[in-house]
Amino acid sequence: MPLLELKNVTKTFGGIVAVKDVSYYIKQDEIIGLIGPNGAGKTTIFNLITGVYKATEGNITFQDRDITDANPVSIVKNGIARTFQNIRLFNKLSVIENIRTVLYREADYNLGNALIRSSKVTRIEKKLYDKSLEYLEVVGLIDYINNRADSLPYGLQRKLEIARALALDPKLLLLDEPAAGMNPDECIDLVELIMKIKRTYNLTIMLIEHHMDVVMELCPRIVVINFGQVLMEGSKLDVQNDPRVLRAYLGEEYANA
Amino acid sequence: MDYIYGVMAVICIEIVATVGLSVFTGFTGLFSLGHAAFMAIGAYTSAILTYFYHVPFVLALLLGMVMAGLVSLILGFPTLRAKLRGDYFAIATLGFGEAVRVILENLSITQGARGLPGIKHFTTLPVAFIFAVLVVWLTKNFIWSKFGRNAIAVREDSVAAEMAGIDLFKVRMLSLVYSAMCGGLAGGLFAHYLNFIQPVMFTSILSTQLTSAVVAGGMGSITGPVLAIALFIAVPEVLRVANMWRLVAYGLILVLIMVFRPSGIMGYHELSFEWISKIFKKNTRNKAGGKGI
Ligand SMILES: Nc1ncnc2c1ncn2[C@@H]1O[C@H](COP(=O)(O)OP(=O)(O)O)[C@@H](O)[C@H]1O
Ligand SMILES: [Mg+2]
Repeated sequence: MPLLELKNVTKTFGGIVAVKDVSYYIKQDEIIGLIGPNGAGKTTIFNLITGVYKATEGNITFQDRDITDANPVSIVKNGIARTFQNIRLFNKLSVIENIRTVLYREADYNLGNALIRSSKVTRIEKKLYDKSLEYLEVVGLIDYINNRADSLPYGLQRKLEIARALALDPKLLLLDEPAAGMNPDECIDLVELIMKIKRTYNLTIMLIEHHMDVVMELCPRIVVINFGQVLMEGSKLDVQNDPRVLRAYLGEEYANA
Repeated sequence: MDYIYGVMAVICIEIVATVGLSVFTGFTGLFSLGHAAFMAIGAYTSAILTYFYHVPFVLALLLGMVMAGLVSLILGFPTLRAKLRGDYFAIATLGFGEAVRVILENLSITQGARGLPGIKHFTTLPVAFIFAVLVVWLTKNFIWSKFGRNAIAVREDSVAAEMAGIDLFKVRMLSLVYSAMCGGLAGGLFAHYLNFIQPVMFTSILSTQLTSAVVAGGMGSITGPVLAIALFIAVPEVLRVANMWRLVAYGLILVLIMVFRPSGIMGYHELSFEWISKIFKKNTRNKAGGKGI
């Protein structure tokens, strides 16, 4: 039984068909790659899964529950977390506050307690602070906890986004181009990090990525998207050797050559 | 002496409204051009209660706050639920502010445009001061709790906040109600300071003054707006400018602040000894990486 399944999902924006009749699935504990040229519709698929957009047609099920029309907040609660292609952090908050803000869903003090800052509030705040440290430790940001999020270098901002997603305690993690803008060394580092968090938190991961070495390293199974449609789906060997994939990426001429 | 006393009392009263608005505008990131309406609602509710019904002052203040809070639900429900874009929302608040004023001008219990004279003088300077300190303290606690942090997250990136499980509507609504209740309290204090209220005291000019003070003080600071509103009231007084030049003075102060400190007097910081000593150290050493809130 798949953890998440898309069935004939279509999304149109006015006249533009961004995603067309897409069907695929991901099983528990899998890590799959979602690849395809720019503008193929990959990010839109993430937006559909997480409820940012509503599908025009088709169904999305997560753990046997229909989440096609669910709102983002309930989807997060069900156990899907994501990172963004264009980094979206809480810029003016410190690194640790970025994490603690996410953990506040566990804070069970009420407004009255908060207004007088009762001892219950300070106790819970401290507890969540310590818990935030654990996530920052995992992604290697422990030396930056008091820095403002937007003062971090690019690569570390991506790691902070991953830490924030982890703090949501997801079952399924969607990573949208986590290696974008990284050099080869940083890519190797990132691959290790993704493998580590997958093990530590028992995650199922869907990865959009243009760095093919990262995809091939991490993803035994790959779904290729082109012009909003599933071009093919298969093992990484199948995908590597399929002329259609080369054609999608490089254009007609190259594939014929 | 009476004069200085009066200016200080007005500053304390407006601090209550400004600090409340800083939660909504500074920390949650939504602009309002109608918050004077909440002051009006608080002022009229509490004044009517003490004047016609002899309700004790503090209870009347509380009921004025509750009334302002309830009315803010009426404003917030359709506008915040629809997730109106920031500029549309600001225009909605402008219309709301004018609507409240027109209603007050036409009700019989408010005695219309003539206003309510003879309200008892309960708001002395110490009373105003105590309420100002209380509201600053409560607001600081609010901001440093999950409620305030969630508001900042929504201001910083509403999409990411939603993806972090934060309900945008709830967060924005709570900030609106909080700011409206502070406005209501300030209005109640104001009515019992001046002993006379009229709908024309609560126009969009007052709303603009409050919002300007938050922006000028720093969108993400409590002490910044406190300083700014004090400046906005004291500077025209000190210069003895005629009423018609006051708006010009606010405009000028605002322009100067935006030119020299675009993120407001205090930016995202709070005024504290620690912060001041850091500023001095920064000037002697060279600046290190930016610290977050
Ligand atoms: N909100 C939107 N409004 C209009 N068009 C959109 C919107 N979001 C995405 N699109 C369009 O959908 C297509 C797919 O975009 P996207 O999913 O970002 O591609 P990818 O992530 O594969 O590079 C593009 O043509 C893009 O312009
Ligand atoms: Mg994309």
